[in-house]
Amino acid sequence: MKTILRALALTAALLAAPALTPAAHAAGEAKHPEKQAWSFQGPFGQYDQAAVRRGFVVYKQICSSCHGLKMLSYRNLGEAGGPFQAVAPKNWQLRGEEPVLGAPGHGKELVNAIDNPWVKAIAANYEVTEVDPNTGEDVTRPARPSDKFIYPYPNEGIGRAANGGAYPPDLSVIVKARHGGADYVYAFLTGFKDEPPKGVEVVEGKNYNPYFRGGWVAMANQLGIAEEAGVITYEDGTQATKQQMAKDVVTFLQWAADPKMAQRKSLGMQVMIYLLVLTALLYAAYKQVWRGQKH
Amino acid sequence: MSGPSTYDPKTGIEKWLDARLPIIRLAHDSFVSYPTPRNLNYFWTFGAILTFCLVTQIVTGIVLAMHYVPSIDHAFASVQRIERDVPYGWLIQNIHAVGASMFFLAVYIHMFRGLYYGSYKAPREVLWILGCVIYLLMVGTAFLGYTLPWGQMSFWGATVITNILGAVPVVGEPIKQWLMGGFSIDNPTLNRFFSLHYLLPFVIFGVTILHVWALHVSGQNNPAGVDVKSADDTVPFTPYATVKDLFALAVFLLMFAVFVFYMPDALGHADNYIPGNPLVTPPEIVPEWYLLPFYAILRAITFNIGPIDSKLGGVIAMFGAIAVLFVLPWLDTSKVRSMRYRPWAQRFFLVFVVACFALGWCGGQNPAKAVYQAGDYSQVVTYKAADGTEATRTFAAHTPEELAIAVRAWEQDNPGAEGKAAAVVEPFKFTVETFSQLLTAYYFAFFLIILPVLGLRETPRRVPDTIAKAVLDGSKAAAE
Repeated sequence: MKTILRALALTAALLAAPALTPAAHAAGEAKHPEKQAWSFQGPFGQYDQAAVRRGFVVYKQICSSCHGLKMLSYRNLGEAGGPFQAVAPKNWQLRGEEPVLGAPGHGKELVNAIDNPWVKAIAANYEVTEVDPNTGEDVTRPARPSDKFIYPYPNEGIGRAANGGAYPPDLSVIVKARHGGADYVYAFLTGFKDEPPKGVEVVEGKNYNPYFRGGWVAMANQLGIAEEAGVITYEDGTQATKQQMAKDVVTFLQWAADPKMAQRKSLGMQVMIYLLVLTALLYAAYKQVWRGQKH
Repeated sequence: MSGPSTYDPKTGIEKWLDARLPIIRLAHDSFVSYPTPRNLNYFWTFGAILTFCLVTQIVTGIVLAMHYVPSIDHAFASVQRIERDVPYGWLIQNIHAVGASMFFLAVYIHMFRGLYYGSYKAPREVLWILGCVIYLLMVGTAFLGYTLPWGQMSFWGATVITNILGAVPVVGEPIKQWLMGGFSIDNPTLNRFFSLHYLLPFVIFGVTILHVWALHVSGQNNPAGVDVKSADDTVPFTPYATVKDLFALAVFLLMFAVFVFYMPDALGHADNYIPGNPLVTPPEIVPEWYLLPFYAILRAITFNIGPIDSKLGGVIAMFGAIAVLFVLPWLDTSKVRSMRYRPWAQRFFLVFVVACFALGWCGGQNPAKAVYQAGDYSQVVTYKAADGTEATRTFAAHTPEELAIAVRAWEQDNPGAEGKAAAVVEPFKFTVETFSQLLTAYYFAFFLIILPVLGLRETPRRVPDTIAKAVLDGSKAAAE
């Protein structure tokens, strides 16, 4: 049996080897994204919330004119683990105190996302169209934290017509929906080239990006354009370079796709410790029970 | 096998119940006093692990069904709502999705164990066949469940599988329509898949009871493959097997938890986070990892065999790969159960396991991909040189796409050359397709040729007389 197990392990290694060697990429195949260092990677990694907040600004000012986040509500921004989660002493509203951004602790409780001033201010920038129940007419009102993120297009047809036939994908789970995850999205956002390599056939009306499958994509080099035009000025003084904006918006999108990561990793650690102790105890029990029994 | 019952009701209520419904006696005889061979190794702990997996899938599945919406317009969003807004929904959803993979991992180890130690041989044929039924039901349930989140892989996986059923002559097309509830994968398909996905686990549960019943009639096989002959050969199930099973389960749970909490999406395909779209075919359509070997067998049949076209041939081969397991007890002619004492069977078994892994790898690759490629693609271009004479230039590249780019780049640099390109010369390639065909051939040969012939030709090593003796020999060998 031991020899068999050893042989199996060897086979598994051999089979895994071709999957790991980076293949020479042809024009049809996309370039493999480079690994980046992310705040959220690894079993203890957490979101750099300042980066998530900056990324939200990038999303709002650049991406959101074409890309929606239909799985998210504004309230999500202020919920536990969200970029605008805020804390305040108990009954802060009655006591006239102001919430501050941060995680609960030291006598401060999480502010309900519905009452979160940052979230309320963000939502109020948007307008929601509703049907007035009395008149049946469309009316608009400012968005509330409980509303879903406003989608850029009323329907897919309008979205396609506005983008030369291509429908910009929703970004709610884009990081999970792309092979390579955050590394891919970063490589894509920073990987646009003005000219394709010599010999590659030009597709009119599209832009060249070696990380995109097929090489040609309807989306333009938005972050490159934004950097040149100085579209974004970060409040915290961070330089809004193309790389910085890409890093921030990808961190924001990672949070959008996986908002429960902090809860998952924290419960995970408790479960792992519990299981390790349980396994050790059961091993001791097993040794004790089988002592003196030949097997 | 279990022998006379040793249950002794002590309290009044136990005696009262025992005279009316001896359910405690049944539990006592099955899981406490039940004699288990003393030489069982860790491969025998997967029965308990599988029971745990089944219960986990049913419990988490029932909770998920309370929040899931089986509608093509809402299914994808409802799964996202479970992950985002349902309290601990992310945990339950992760356990259910990872749990399916863990269930299959455990069942494959359990099946390979049965194969290696000859657990399918008399008197355990029915036990083995019931196990094959459970496995078949698991495959069906897993396929149906993968459809429910209505991602791109869900939709296109369902399309591929229902289409291959349509390849069956005469009844194929009506069965396909009946299964889809129409002429294409649509809302009725999702509704019935959800209904069946909820039903089948309970059928699995029922067959599992029969499986355990059959096990308790014939008794467990063991690594030596010899029958239990005396009380010296066995130990009572509790505490001996119970504590060992629990320890193994805890180790299994550690691995389970790593996936659930730290890489919940590692076993899935990224495309299933794109909502299902009938108008966009994904670049590659692949099932979950646990069905890849059968997918490779399905795609390996690329040629017609007489009146059977390649599509039907693939379907026959894929279902045949599972069907052959049902008749395995009558294919293996060897009198010796455990391959521990069958030197040649051991070697062929090892190759078989490797072939199964390799088939799994093939199932995830593009069939046209080269496993091995001898040299580059090349093309000769004849052109008019600057001095007016004809000249030739040879281009070479690893792939046809790279070659086309190289030629075009040269043409752009030499506008007046008016090059004429000869046909592209392909290098010799050993493709995934050919590799899968070889592996598929071995898969079937192992069951249909090797096991029947080997049982008659092979000289097995000496089999120990009793389990107790096998244990003593083993510990002596270890001491030396």
